[in-house]
Amino acid sequence: MPSAKTRVPAIDGWFTLDDDAPTLLGSRCTSCGTYAFPKETFFCRNPGCQGKEFAEAPLSRRGTVWSYTDACYQPPKPYVAADPYVPFSIAAVELAAEQMVVMGQVVPGVGVDELSVGTEVELVLDTLYEDDEHEYIVWKWKPVSGGSEVSDA
Amino acid sequence: MPDDKRVAVLGAGMHPWGKWGRNFVEYGLAAAGDALNDAGVAWTDVQFVSGADTIRNGYPGFIAGATFAQALGWTGARVSSSYAACASGAQAVSNARAQILAGLCDVALVVGADTTPKGFFTPVGGDRKDDPDWLRFHLLGATNPTYFALYARRRMELFGATETDFAAVKVKNARHGLENPYARYRKEVTIDEVLSSPMVADPLRLLEICATSDGGAALVLTSMEFARRHAGTDKLVTIDAVSTVTPRYPQTVIEMPNFSTDSAASTSTPGPTFKQSVALAAYEEAGIGPEDINVAEVYDLSSALELDWYEDIGLCKEGEAERMLRDGDTTIGGRIPVNPSGGLSCFGEAIPAQAIAQVCELVWQVRGQAEGRQVDGARVGITANQGLFGHGSSIIVAS
Ligand SMILES: [Zn+2]
Repeated sequence: MPSAKTRVPAIDGWFTLDDDAPTLLGSRCTSCGTYAFPKETFFCRNPGCQGKEFAEAPLSRRGTVWSYTDACYQPPKPYVAADPYVPFSIAAVELAAEQMVVMGQVVPGVGVDELSVGTEVELVLDTLYEDDEHEYIVWKWKPVSGGSEVSDA
Repeated sequence: MPDDKRVAVLGAGMHPWGKWGRNFVEYGLAAAGDALNDAGVAWTDVQFVSGADTIRNGYPGFIAGATFAQALGWTGARVSSSYAACASGAQAVSNARAQILAGLCDVALVVGADTTPKGFFTPVGGDRKDDPDWLRFHLLGATNPTYFALYARRRMELFGATETDFAAVKVKNARHGLENPYARYRKEVTIDEVLSSPMVADPLRLLEICATSDGGAALVLTSMEFARRHAGTDKLVTIDAVSTVTPRYPQTVIEMPNFSTDSAASTSTPGPTFKQSVALAAYEEAGIGPEDINVAEVYDLSSALELDWYEDIGLCKEGEAERMLRDGDTTIGGRIPVNPSGGLSCFGEAIPAQAIAQVCELVWQVRGQAEGRQVDGARVGITANQGLFGHGSSIIVAS
């Protein structure tokens, strides 16, 4: 049954709400070309650059796991946890073109046993939490192969 | 080292770490009193009070230099208050040293103390969508152990570290801290006990993650000339370097509380990592290298993180920390004992006091006063620590 709730991003402007091919929205300095996520808005972080103008930059949808872990205990507020709490994995993912690492939760059901440094993952959208009217959406990483190729299971 | 580049440590004092649940001022006063007694200096002779801060109730200023000055009795002494998260204590030392080296004062008291809430450190309340520290909890559920675990897992996959190695760090530090009267946890643990404690953030377990503690630490720092006159000797303990560096762009290691690293796409090959640069700056300032170090106090927020520090402060090459540990090099009696105090493993973290406490331990080590945990022949020691948002901290103590 499709949800009747309105889907809204858990934070505005950090990613597209395109279900088929969502992207994180970073910025790219128009002077030196450096990327930033979340978006840089006033001054380029590259100390050798005086840039103050930035183009919105959709980041690579695929990357490889730099490292990973999980949250065995419920994180404190302002995290909004499901009741009962369900542990989840977290990955830091290297994006080749941008030469940067971006963190994200891993989709539900993928445990640390199914991840390795180097696992290829792609960006998807998922519900972070919900209230009576809204589903709050966030980006998550999902193993491209569902994780099975790197798992012993 | 010339006198205009170093300051003397005349006194060190600490209040035992614990979960006492009393007002932090009490711990700070006890530590300050001990440091002043140790130095043989009266409070009324202190010209500069350098407080290490932390944030409680959403603002800094309460846990700060002036609070301790008032509690000791207003004397009109000049004051500074430093907030740099876990590195607050190093900044307080740095400020006191700068005042002394500039000739603005001869006698400074550095003090930090805290009373901590239970459980995970959490961000300041409210709805603060412009604060990465608030957002990482809200959007990712990323706690401090999340980041420590990312580093630990990477060590396992890149360098072959094992869960047993991480547990062995905890076992070593627990043994080191057994006789330390200031340590909160003074109990031996076995590898099996560590490995059967609950998993918090895979591969890190409950016994491998630093707790939060109450505690207080203080130092009396003076000019070299004052110290010689006052102590009637040339044999002084000195602070030869204080590194408070920030990272260099591009910072390519993911750091708390960020969502991403810097991009290396438009710049040349990155230089040393932040943690490497923290110690490098201290060595450069002191004019020595890792080969001159006899003892180190590093920030073991997790057991695995201690291994990262061996490499980052230059005790061994990248990927060799596990071998150092397994060979017993970093155990008391080994080549370069690390965390003879027991480290955060035995203390838990009292944020604004911790970097000061690291220096207190080195002072006692180079004086030969670290009873029950003394490193033989300790003459030069280094501390290393890193505060949230990019605050480096490394101090070199010598006798
Ligand atoms: Zn730029």
